[in-house]
Amino acid sequence: MAAEMLSYIDRKSPVHQLTGVTKLICFILWSTAAMLTYDTRILLFLFLISILIFIISKIKFEEILFVLVFILVFLFINNVAIYVFSPQEGVKIYGSSHVLFEISGRYNVTLEQLFYQLNITLKYFTVIPAALLFIVTTHPSEFAASLNRIGVSYRISYAVSLALRYIPDVQRDFRNIARAQQARGLDMSRKEKLPKRIKNAASILAPLILSSLNKIDTISNAMELRGFGKNKKRTWYSARPFQKSDYFAIALFTILFIVTLIITFHDGSRFYNPF
Amino acid sequence: MRKRVIEFHNFSFKYYSQKNPTLKNIHLNIYEGEKVLIVGPSGSGKSTIGHCINGLIPFSYKGEMTGSLKVMGQETKELNIFALSKMVGTVLQDPDGQFIGLTVGEDIAFALENDCTPQKEMFEIVKDASKMVEMDDYLPASVHHLSGGQKQRVSLAGVMVDKVDILLFDEPLANLDPATGKYAMALIDKIQKETNTTVVIIEHRLEDVLYRHVDRIIVVNDGSIVADMSPDQLLTTNILEETNIREPLYIKAVKYAGCKLTEDMHPADFNQFKADLCRKNLLEWFEDSNPKTPSKEGKPILELKNISFSYSPGHETIKDVSFSINKGEMVSIVGKNGAGKSTITKLICGFEKPSSGSILFNGKDITNETIKERSLKIGMVMQNPNHMISKHMIFDEVALGLKVRGVAEAEIKERVDNTLKICGLYPFRNWPISALSFGQKKRVTIASILVLEPEIIILDEPTAGQDFRHYTDIMEFLVQLNRQGVTIMMITHDMHLMLEYTERAIVFAEGRKIADDSAVNVLSDIDIIEQANLKETSLYNLALKTGIPEPRKFVERFIEYDREVRQVGSRDAILY
Repeated sequence: MAAEMLSYIDRKSPVHQLTGVTKLICFILWSTAAMLTYDTRILLFLFLISILIFIISKIKFEEILFVLVFILVFLFINNVAIYVFSPQEGVKIYGSSHVLFEISGRYNVTLEQLFYQLNITLKYFTVIPAALLFIVTTHPSEFAASLNRIGVSYRISYAVSLALRYIPDVQRDFRNIARAQQARGLDMSRKEKLPKRIKNAASILAPLILSSLNKIDTISNAMELRGFGKNKKRTWYSARPFQKSDYFAIALFTILFIVTLIITFHDGSRFYNPF
Repeated sequence: MRKRVIEFHNFSFKYYSQKNPTLKNIHLNIYEGEKVLIVGPSGSGKSTIGHCINGLIPFSYKGEMTGSLKVMGQETKELNIFALSKMVGTVLQDPDGQFIGLTVGEDIAFALENDCTPQKEMFEIVKDASKMVEMDDYLPASVHHLSGGQKQRVSLAGVMVDKVDILLFDEPLANLDPATGKYAMALIDKIQKETNTTVVIIEHRLEDVLYRHVDRIIVVNDGSIVADMSPDQLLTTNILEETNIREPLYIKAVKYAGCKLTEDMHPADFNQFKADLCRKNLLEWFEDSNPKTPSKEGKPILELKNISFSYSPGHETIKDVSFSINKGEMVSIVGKNGAGKSTITKLICGFEKPSSGSILFNGKDITNETIKERSLKIGMVMQNPNHMISKHMIFDEVALGLKVRGVAEAEIKERVDNTLKICGLYPFRNWPISALSFGQKKRVTIASILVLEPEIIILDEPTAGQDFRHYTDIMEFLVQLNRQGVTIMMITHDMHLMLEYTERAIVFAEGRKIADDSAVNVLSDIDIIEQANLKETSLYNLALKTGIPEPRKFVERFIEYDREVRQVGSRDAILY
């Protein structure tokens, strides 16, 4: 079966051994840091660390390739859009203008703009691997327990983890339905013209939604019959106690977070200006 | 006097979404420690009774309720679903859908988590419960990697942790292969004896439930209780036949032979059944007839040659399988869950590509053809009709495949109308599909394949979840198609179906073909039965028990006779 996207990948690694709560806290610190700073040096540093963590986690690059490509496509569209709507943003920020080559008026390509967009791209590159890692190294059942532990209501936590859990199920249903429709002659391969392919693909959606709704009905009945939602609180079978490594990881990430903030803001600007 | 744990008194229920009440003036008492079986055809209201007991009615499904229903002496409408869930543990029909936890341990613990049980205590209770269902070695395993029977045991443990007074099973056998179903019934029996729990089973596969002792059977039809008696007594009456519930086959055979059943003969328990008293009748009936075995020697239409396949490298799902299907045949594919039956059909339809071997259609190699190209010759009907239906109206759904092929409008209309007539759906052609029953939807999906005029139709579990009447309807319909020259392959768990409707059965176990023989021969070979998790037919055992000289012939004779009787009865039903 084709690798399932965004589902838990079981490995023995230090990253997997951390509790879900630790990983969640670290992830929040990490992404906040990456979001706040535009300092290229920090972003590069964070990017290198994220690659390092990735290697430690023993997750193979191919296993997340599909999602990664998907996100990269969006990143590309995002970059194009920034350029179209705000081609002089970099000039405004860095206060200088080195024109590389001219197109016309405000669409002249400047070094500043390219540098600015490089920073944005770097931000993506620091956050995305971390987010993917968090999802594929946290067991979904622990995931809910972790969310609950940091204060999210357990109903919402459970809803989120169920949604994640159903991703592989829905993928499987999708494949089955798609094949059944193809077996009736609805071609979704490249042999068919694009508009028709889209129309054909739409005929998968109706049964997919229907079967998903059915699933929701069954699972919510099953949950109610076993007392879900009875009390304000609940305990978690799969919650894990904190280990030394958890405290260590949180401490490390907190320090990292504070240091990046200090470096970012010490000169009063979130941007690193090489010009 | 025994304690009443469930008391329905003059109880009626009507769903808001429906015009007529589903349950009408039900009177029913179930006593502590009893094991009760509720049977009835689809739509009879038997599941609704279950929903009332576990509290899904009135707390999840709304409707009008009159009369009284007490569980453990308390009126249910004055309780809430959580209080009820402490008294009634429900094992739902679909083992996949009801898993909440991801690992075995977590799922069993779910009810405990909701009760805020401390983690340490939770581990102990889960351990005990899992021991009871013999799953204690699997606690860290992912529920999705379990077999059907193991899944069901996990769900059972999940409700056992609450120390419930009543265990309710909603169609526990629906998704299990025959041998696993037998094991499930034995386990339920064992747990009931150990814990003195009251057990209520809702199921229509009567013969399989009667594999273990049942105290009482309640027959529901059309929202009312039509019988409430011991299994022995019930089997001496005609109530089951009248309500379209399949009697155990050995009972049916004895009845056909004209032997009068009495309670003293203990007909409900095959091992105790005094079949000797019917020996004379059976022998006469057997000799009376001369079963003809029509053998169709057609040309091979589909050939698989040395097919191997694996989903992940190093782990072969299909190992060197070869067989051929002749034109005009009707063949069963059987075997335990996960033996590779579905994978074989996927390979035939081109959903997956074999790693080695070739597939021939009418002598031509189609191994490299696409799904679409093969779809012109081979039609595939999936188990769940909801996975195939994508239009609102029946006509549009059936026409869909023709439309995308660019067939002219007038021809589409003619072909769709014809197909709808064959399938008995013509009167409904302008109905929305959502208004149809599950069985009718199934028929729509068959029609939508049939309209494309494939030469072979492959059906995955064509009768799963159908009651006896719908089962007969669908199967007779398939027989008609078969007579018109369509070759039919069916994946099934239903031993009756395989015996009755297909001359030939191909048996799979662990990705290999282990038998390719007549259905009767397969079901009288202990070795194959065990390897493939099948179940011997009680007809064969009846013949052995009563010393009928040729048990296989006896089985054949029964099937022949039964088909004739039922065809007369069901001819009207086909066009209902």
